[in-house]
Amino acid sequence: MLSRYEIEETASMLGEANLDVRTITMGISLLDCADGRMEAFCRKAYDKITKYAERLVRAGEDISRRYGVPIVNTRISVTPIAIAAAGCETAAFADAAFALDKAAEAVGVNFIGGYSALVQKGVTEADRALMASLPQALAQTRRVCACVCAASTRSGINMDAVAALGHIVKDMAYLSREEDSVACAKFVVFCNAAEDNPFMAGAFHGVGEGDAVINVGVSGPGVVKRALEQVKGCDFETLCETVKRTAFKITRVGQLVAREASARLGVPFGIIDLSLAPTPAVGDSVAEILCEMGLEMPGAPGSTAAVAILNDSVKKGGVMASSYVGGLSGAFIPVSEDTAMNAAAQAGALTLEKLEAMTAVCSVGIDMVAIPGDTPASTISGIIADEMAIGMFNNKTTAARVIPVYGKAAGHTATFGGLLGSAYVMPVSACSCERFIARGGRIPAPIHSFRN
Amino acid sequence: MNGIITVLGKDRVGIIAKVCIYLSERGINILDISQTIVHGYFNMIMIADFSLSAVLFEDAIKDLEALGGDMGVEITLRHEGVFNAMHTV
Repeated sequence: MLSRYEIEETASMLGEANLDVRTITMGISLLDCADGRMEAFCRKAYDKITKYAERLVRAGEDISRRYGVPIVNTRISVTPIAIAAAGCETAAFADAAFALDKAAEAVGVNFIGGYSALVQKGVTEADRALMASLPQALAQTRRVCACVCAASTRSGINMDAVAALGHIVKDMAYLSREEDSVACAKFVVFCNAAEDNPFMAGAFHGVGEGDAVINVGVSGPGVVKRALEQVKGCDFETLCETVKRTAFKITRVGQLVAREASARLGVPFGIIDLSLAPTPAVGDSVAEILCEMGLEMPGAPGSTAAVAILNDSVKKGGVMASSYVGGLSGAFIPVSEDTAMNAAAQAGALTLEKLEAMTAVCSVGIDMVAIPGDTPASTISGIIADEMAIGMFNNKTTAARVIPVYGKAAGHTATFGGLLGSAYVMPVSACSCERFIARGGRIPAPIHSFRN
Repeated sequence: MNGIITVLGKDRVGIIAKVCIYLSERGINILDISQTIVHGYFNMIMIADFSLSAVLFEDAIKDLEALGGDMGVEITLRHEGVFNAMHTV
């Protein structure tokens, strides 16, 4: 029988500490929608998505009501379009994004991910067409998210793609200039992309996945912070143990929701992604956890160690709670989506360089960082290349989601709205890396990629 | 299936009675009750069996919330599954 303490703890996590399931994401394969004509591909993709995900939003609402656990988002990820639509004529690639946007709207999900290309080693005609269409596709749709995997530990870094992406990101920023370049917030560049990640903007349905799958992203930075408040001043063993125990409990709730969603929708359960994902709401912040750990502000010396401890303890607690942990799983440190993180950037405590160091041990990377609109394309490529190198050499997923806000300079504020939050525009080094980026070609895979 | 009811608020006459009447009229059996009063604040936890309930669990959640509103206390009903998931391996 449950004890009074246990009941009160769970009730307070749900009631006051913002414990929620961040997303139920349905992965849908579009491989069987392949067609020579773009129009036919779009029709087949739209029909399949709307058929499979017809009951997704409703199921999320029902589970949320039944268990009293808020489910913040329901989303869809699809096979990377550069693969699924590889047989189509390449001139009209953005049409696929419009079809995805329409399908997402029809079933009521807030984001659909997978307008993506995997180019870590080389680029196909379809990859090229998709990448060229990214600015238009993201500026003219509301719900479509995109990613490009430009590096992996096994393959190295495709620097031709990285160089091109610097310009593509700037074009996205320009085309969505009326909305503070929000298109860039829906695009991420990956190293070692995870094929079952349920979080946006980087979700896609990997080619090794089945026809459809349910992946669940749990969250709960507020719950972790609340738990740490109870062990103020205790040593690191107690700190880690507290985070682990809390992560375990959070993940168990995610597992319950995932199993229930899978049963209700008749779609197999894939993985739980046990990430601590902040939102702009006060009390739902990873930065506040770092402060509770003893930092005056994120970015202070000790920040990298603090993120490392948090990331590792979250994983350790989570893997004990579910047999199928996947996706990104760790602590996200986006800037605009985390009010306390953004405040640290504004106060000058958190610089881009310190943030980069923290990404070497966090779950993803340079995330939702607004930079001046006049940042050269080669500098953006340089930021991406650094992040790719960290991922490639450390055998981990890393990503870059930077927003060169058109018309804004360092010190200005960009507002993206909703869960994307608002961001202080961070200064970027004025030193050029143009000649480095212009070299082109591939950076070879590191020695430890040879594991056979 | 069991539900966990928590009641929190300023103590007054008849809180438990009202909740119990609601439950008994709908065939919901109370398995366990624990209550404390600290500085005039009433805090009750109740575990109830909904397997023979005449109302849908989701409706009972809304009804109890409204009942709490009438009495000026906060009543929540949650599915036992969440509590078990967190506290049992």
